Amino acid sequence: MSNEATLHSKEVVHGAHAHDGHDDHEHHEGGFISKYVFSMDHKTIAKQFLITGIIWAIIGAFFSVLFRLQLGFPDATFPWLESILGHWAKGGRITPEAYYALVTMHGTILVFFVLTAGLSGTFSNLLIPLQVGARDMASPFMNCLSYWFFFMASVVMMSSLFVQTGPASGGWTSYPPLSALGDASIGSKIGMDLWLTSMALFVVSQLLGGLNYISTILNMRTKGMTMTKMPLTIWGFFFTAILGVLSFPVLLSGFILLLFDRHAGTSFYLSELFVAGKALSNEGGSAILYQHLFWFLGHPEVYIIILPAMGMVSEILAVNSRKPIFGYLAMVGSMFAIVILAFLVWAHHMFVTGLNPFLGAFFVLLTLLIAVPSAIKVFNWITTIWKGNLRFTPGMLFSIGFVSTFISGGLTGIWLGNSSIDIHLHDTYFVIAHFHIVMGVSAFFGTFAGVYHWFPKMFGRYMNNTISYIHFWVTLAGAYLIFWPMHYEGMAGMPRRYYDYSSWESFKQFADLNHFISIVVIVVFAAQLLFVFNFFYSIFKGRKVTETNPWNATTLEWTTPINPGHGNWVGEIPEVHRWPYDYSKNGKDFIPQTVPLSPEEEAEGSH
Amino acid sequence: MSGYLAVLVVVLIFVVIFQIAKASEYVSILKGEKKSRQQSNRVNGFLLIIFLVLGLIGVYYCNDALKGRLNGEAASVQGEGIDNMIAWTLGITGIVFVITQILLFWFAFKYQEKEGQKAFYFPHNNKLELIWTVVPAIALTILVAIGLRHWFRITSEAPKDAMVVEITGKQFNWLIRYPGKDGQLGRKFFTNINDATNPVGQDWDDELNKDDFMATEMHLVVGKPVKLIIGSRDVIHDVGLSHFRLKMDAVPGIPTTLWFTPKYTTAQMKEKTGNADFVYEISCDQMCGSGHYSMKANIVVETQAEYDAWAAKQVSQYAAAHPAPEKPAAPATEAPAADSTQKVVASNDVKH
Repeated sequence: MSNEATLHSKEVVHGAHAHDGHDDHEHHEGGFISKYVFSMDHKTIAKQFLITGIIWAIIGAFFSVLFRLQLGFPDATFPWLESILGHWAKGGRITPEAYYALVTMHGTILVFFVLTAGLSGTFSNLLIPLQVGARDMASPFMNCLSYWFFFMASVVMMSSLFVQTGPASGGWTSYPPLSALGDASIGSKIGMDLWLTSMALFVVSQLLGGLNYISTILNMRTKGMTMTKMPLTIWGFFFTAILGVLSFPVLLSGFILLLFDRHAGTSFYLSELFVAGKALSNEGGSAILYQHLFWFLGHPEVYIIILPAMGMVSEILAVNSRKPIFGYLAMVGSMFAIVILAFLVWAHHMFVTGLNPFLGAFFVLLTLLIAVPSAIKVFNWITTIWKGNLRFTPGMLFSIGFVSTFISGGLTGIWLGNSSIDIHLHDTYFVIAHFHIVMGVSAFFGTFAGVYHWFPKMFGRYMNNTISYIHFWVTLAGAYLIFWPMHYEGMAGMPRRYYDYSSWESFKQFADLNHFISIVVIVVFAAQLLFVFNFFYSIFKGRKVTETNPWNATTLEWTTPINPGHGNWVGEIPEVHRWPYDYSKNGKDFIPQTVPLSPEEEAEGSH
Repeated sequence: MSGYLAVLVVVLIFVVIFQIAKASEYVSILKGEKKSRQQSNRVNGFLLIIFLVLGLIGVYYCNDALKGRLNGEAASVQGEGIDNMIAWTLGITGIVFVITQILLFWFAFKYQEKEGQKAFYFPHNNKLELIWTVVPAIALTILVAIGLRHWFRITSEAPKDAMVVEITGKQFNWLIRYPGKDGQLGRKFFTNINDATNPVGQDWDDELNKDDFMATEMHLVVGKPVKLIIGSRDVIHDVGLSHFRLKMDAVPGIPTTLWFTPKYTTAQMKEKTGNADFVYEISCDQMCGSGHYSMKANIVVETQAEYDAWAAKQVSQYAAAHPAPEKPAAPATEAPAADSTQKVVASNDVKH
């Protein structure tokens, strides 16, 4: 502790110094480029992640609109599709090759570029220094690199959309041999190499970011900010970073072996293949090995996506209920349990690969075990709003929406985690419904909640409330209308990743339902464009924030100036005396973390 | 033209929403922040409870509209167990779903901000937390126990008297091989594959291969267990048997197996479903390339007598690959119909 105190006292001196003549200081550093492009300020990097994420989200969501057109209107032709996709949509109808490319890129973009980089990249960067009381990240330079590696990954992925043979099209999981052999699929030609290159750069970006988040949280907390006085947001980012740092390298190793199989003639994943009229020389590899390596990241990845959302939702629910989060330690403990279990359940994606049934039994047990910490979290959130005094800010509504979709999607996880049900539902629309609700929609709700709640901190302005409310209600209702009926399609065994169902006696009864779902998709997509418009418009024209603490919250980010400069606090970093959830305590609406304990509180020995 | 019109309409709607939003922001500034917050709070609180009610009605309506399209009851003995599992799980998760959603939206509505209302400082309660740790744990233990019982039953060794059928995936159709009269499949190796005469790569030196025959449809006997030996020639496929509630991946280089007992013949299913076109379909359930969605084979479930009559008519692949001079006796006994089946297999392969 004494070490920490010295560290901080030094920083305070440095920070105070830096702030003397703040404006001059920034000009000296090189003006526009260093302030907005290669910035080392965590707040600017957060905005870079957010805006890049939004652009990717529009692209990824638009792809889903395109392939939903095919699913909802399999007989119709749309001449404008040919104008934008060329021979990939000859005659106005998407070709199967284009369909699979769209599906693959939709998954890759949303899982990695939007809900990993766009979500934790944005909010870990923005909130970790602000909420633990640090001037910046442990290594601002690495942080800057983290964004630019992500940017390079984005450039490579984007370029793969324009190569002649098209982007990767073997699904976002890219299972070999399909992804290893250009002869097996047109998307496995140069598009797959670009995909792998992009993902490798992405992993580098994640590691640079993740190590930074962890070291900042462990070493740079302000005086008095013990681990148990951290807001749950920080716990969420902390666990997310740990998951990423431990599992992304495994994914990378899987990708490197795949590259070898593609170009160096190795047989890690290939064995006994007869493709394009000839037998290949590969023998002895295991296609299943890749799935183990992939899902060892792939499963933690879903928690990498959802944990930051959980953290932010916990915080926003507490602030807007004017109540402490219920069961703080249980919330931290359940996140910890989720992190541990996240590493022990990957093979539940592989129940029908011929996995040893005995081994499968352990994965069933461990998978269903995850439902316990998840249930604790849900009950704690509900108890948090119980007997509160709720303000329905847009952030609060999206947080309530998050809890609702997390329940709906989480419960179907109990179905799929049980291997004997999974035998029937695996790779059907039931799975699509499950993971889109629990990690797609929920994580988006968490992101939206975070954007609405911390927008005043990011840009010193508010977003327009009316558009936000329209955005929320259309998105919540639309998400359920899209994904709820898909459970029924899945129960009928309707397989996912099909271009057309009309020739299937077993699945064609859902044609009108698919039609309906596609129409809702278009409406919901339009509502997201409203959000995007609101976001960019409000950056420049939104109502200005006039007080430093607009939500009357207790956490440290609201003790900074309305538009904090590089270094965050003018003068000393505030000292922390209490946990972040003293709302409605002893008749006071809220008590900021910086307020020392009163004598009565000391006597109680409370948080 | 209509496309441009549609875009125009959407843009207009956006402009209208934006104008309203802008205007309401000015109004709220005029009214004062507190008052406008109270108003939007009331509206959203009301919408939350409306959403709950409409949502629950919607869940009921959706079930009513779609429950008839789930392809009926399971058509295999193993599938019955899976349906049973689903019913149990639906019961437990359904109750939790309804209770938690009602609590969530009801609390949100009930405890919306009101003048003079004070939030209750309630940071934790060990008893409550213990309850909602232990109760889910018990419920899940029950589900795991039932689930694993079914899992081990389904993945157990096939009975000794089970018939054996080999099914091999290739882009983009299924190759089905029967062991013939001896009941044993002959050796195969991928380097022997020849699309015209030897689609799965049988080793002609193996005597067991002499009577193995290929089929375009899978014929199974009602009430008789069948063991599928599943493989793939190129990429990973998956044998999806939605009516039987089962599936298993087809992995190149690593054979997998799956066994089940069909309960109803195709004819019985036609009657049960009232659909004269009813057919058991094998779908490919693992993304395998651009033709993934069309990778289909049919299953015919029939009585033992019907099956025997069908099997007797099949020509062994060996005979098909080694025509007339070598084996003068064999073709004479074959019916011409069976011969054309073989040609279909071959022509299918050439096409792809």
